[in-house]
Amino acid sequence: MSTALWKTKVDEVTKQRGKARETLLPCLEAIQEVSGYIPQEAVSYLRENLDVPSVDIYGVITFYGMLTTKEQGKYVIRLCNSLPCYLNNSENMLEVIERELGIKAGETSPDKNFTLEVVPCLGLCDKAPAMMINDKIYENLTEESAKKIIAELKG
Amino acid sequence: MEKILTKNIDKPNSQDIEVYLADGGYKALEKVLTLKPEEVIDEVKKSRLVGRGGAAFPVGLKWSFTSKEDGEPKFIVCNADEGEPGTFKDRVILRNDPHLLLEAIIIGGYAIGTSHGYIYVRGEYYPEIEVLEKAIKQAKEKGYLGNNILRSGFSFNIQLYKGAGSYVCGEETALLESMEGNRGSPDCRPPFPAQSGFLGKPTAVNNVETLANIPAIIINGGNWYSKIGSPGSPGPKLFCLSGQVNKPGVYELPTGIPLRELIENYGGGVRGEFKAVLPGGVSSSLLTDLDVKLDYKSIAKAGSMLGSGAVIVINSDTSMIDVAKNTIDFFAHESCGKCSVCREGTRRAREIITRFANGGGRAEELDLLLELGEVMYDTACCGLGQVAMSATTSAIKLFRDEFEQKVRE
Ligand SMILES: Cc1cc2nc3c(=O)[nH]c(=O)nc-3n(C[C@H](O)[C@H](O)[C@H](O)COP(=O)(O)O)c2cc1C
Ligand code: SF4
Ligand code: FES
Repeated sequence: MSTALWKTKVDEVTKQRGKARETLLPCLEAIQEVSGYIPQEAVSYLRENLDVPSVDIYGVITFYGMLTTKEQGKYVIRLCNSLPCYLNNSENMLEVIERELGIKAGETSPDKNFTLEVVPCLGLCDKAPAMMINDKIYENLTEESAKKIIAELKG
Repeated sequence: MEKILTKNIDKPNSQDIEVYLADGGYKALEKVLTLKPEEVIDEVKKSRLVGRGGAAFPVGLKWSFTSKEDGEPKFIVCNADEGEPGTFKDRVILRNDPHLLLEAIIIGGYAIGTSHGYIYVRGEYYPEIEVLEKAIKQAKEKGYLGNNILRSGFSFNIQLYKGAGSYVCGEETALLESMEGNRGSPDCRPPFPAQSGFLGKPTAVNNVETLANIPAIIINGGNWYSKIGSPGSPGPKLFCLSGQVNKPGVYELPTGIPLRELIENYGGGVRGEFKAVLPGGVSSSLLTDLDVKLDYKSIAKAGSMLGSGAVIVINSDTSMIDVAKNTIDFFAHESCGKCSVCREGTRRAREIITRFANGGGRAEELDLLLELGEVMYDTACCGLGQVAMSATTSAIKLFRDEFEQKVRE
């Protein structure tokens, strides 16, 4: 993704919230959102702009599950495997999705279309098993529905 | 029971301020602005409302501590990080009745004496974040937020903070660290946030569901509220029913209703044959008695905790070793790593349980796990490490034979 985009976003966020350390997480989230990951140049930019040491910035990035310095797929699949989903066959969904995509949990497909992650509870436990793909919610998954969802995204 | 927390959620366009206003919305705020802050806190004290985020601390006391502390400015932070597996109740309010929450936060701000409110909402709650942003805008336009609210001289603003995928950030001191731009590791207490919270200033941290009770308490009075449900911890409670049950969902019921009634009358019964239940999410201990009452004291007496009210039902087809493994995997993953007892304890426990799951357990390790659970309970810095072993040790205590069958020959 283009450099200009994340820079514009960061400038927007700092303009609105000020250039303080408390703005670090909102900035990182904005970069993650528009670029799909946090590039090295963005870390340098934040170091200069917010006056936070790079080690601290990396410390924050590595702490949070939704932030990453690795380029991710166009579709990030977050499949829940916490207990209520587990009790409703989420392991089985994982097998199906891994098979359909040909990648394992934690991996990104070679064409950079899909990243598959197993995540803790998404707050959708009454519609288990559940997953999110980017910001979209998929509930009450079955083997068929999971296959169909993946097939549609593959196009 | 008349609904208090979820009365608006099924109305068409329930997120819209006009719909909220049409049914007495923001009337509690109007009333509060004619009272003194102490009077507001007294009403909340009378209600005997305790926090619904897990720790069950009295809300009136928390507000009174925060208001009395020296240090300016003060802050009020709404904890909307909802991460305990099995919990999905705050989401119902965030998505369907955002103005109920905003009104409550403004009232809380007035009571403790601050103009600065924050909502820390979990990053995966995309639709809810959108709803909140819109609701804040609407409330500003109507004069319920911003400068000189309803010409009372009181000003108040609310800023959203998004989480970025970390369970432990729901712990209040970790949440404040996160807001300050740090890794979300909990701090050892004291000092409590009421003394030294966001940016070192006195801060009240309240859960979404907790706050959602406030407008009704202001309108109807603390005495009225204190008569609902269990006398010890009164009020309505949002129970999140999930797992192997026919009708999972969020049910608003008075505290103290029997577990059996929740599962059978509301949840449509167990799917399969009942085996056990976690009454307070994966942080709680397993119970096998369906006649226990769902309030903080009764559940504690039965050897578990009600926590956020995440009732996870488990049927007899499920292996308790799998339940233990799933929960300890979760805690090993979510431990922030600050205290060695929690960081190493959760990992070693995971290794041991994984061996049992694969049929290679060692008999003597069951007692070691029980001991590890006690040590972690006594010495971990925050609630995560203290309860990380609860589901596992209760599984060993209640279903030891299942584990023994998996001991290596
Ligand atoms: C590991 C851990 C996770 C927590 N997660 C949440 C959470 O997601 N939401 C919440 O409101 N409280 C959570 N809490 C409880 C908070 O620390 C705090 O007690 C609560 O936000 C206070 O609000 P209340 O008094 O209204 O319950 C968590 C506690 C621990 C130890
Ligand atoms: S108990 Fe665990 S999660 Fe809590 S501070 Fe210690 S290491 Fe972190
Ligand atoms: S356990 Fe899967 S969404 Fe809560």
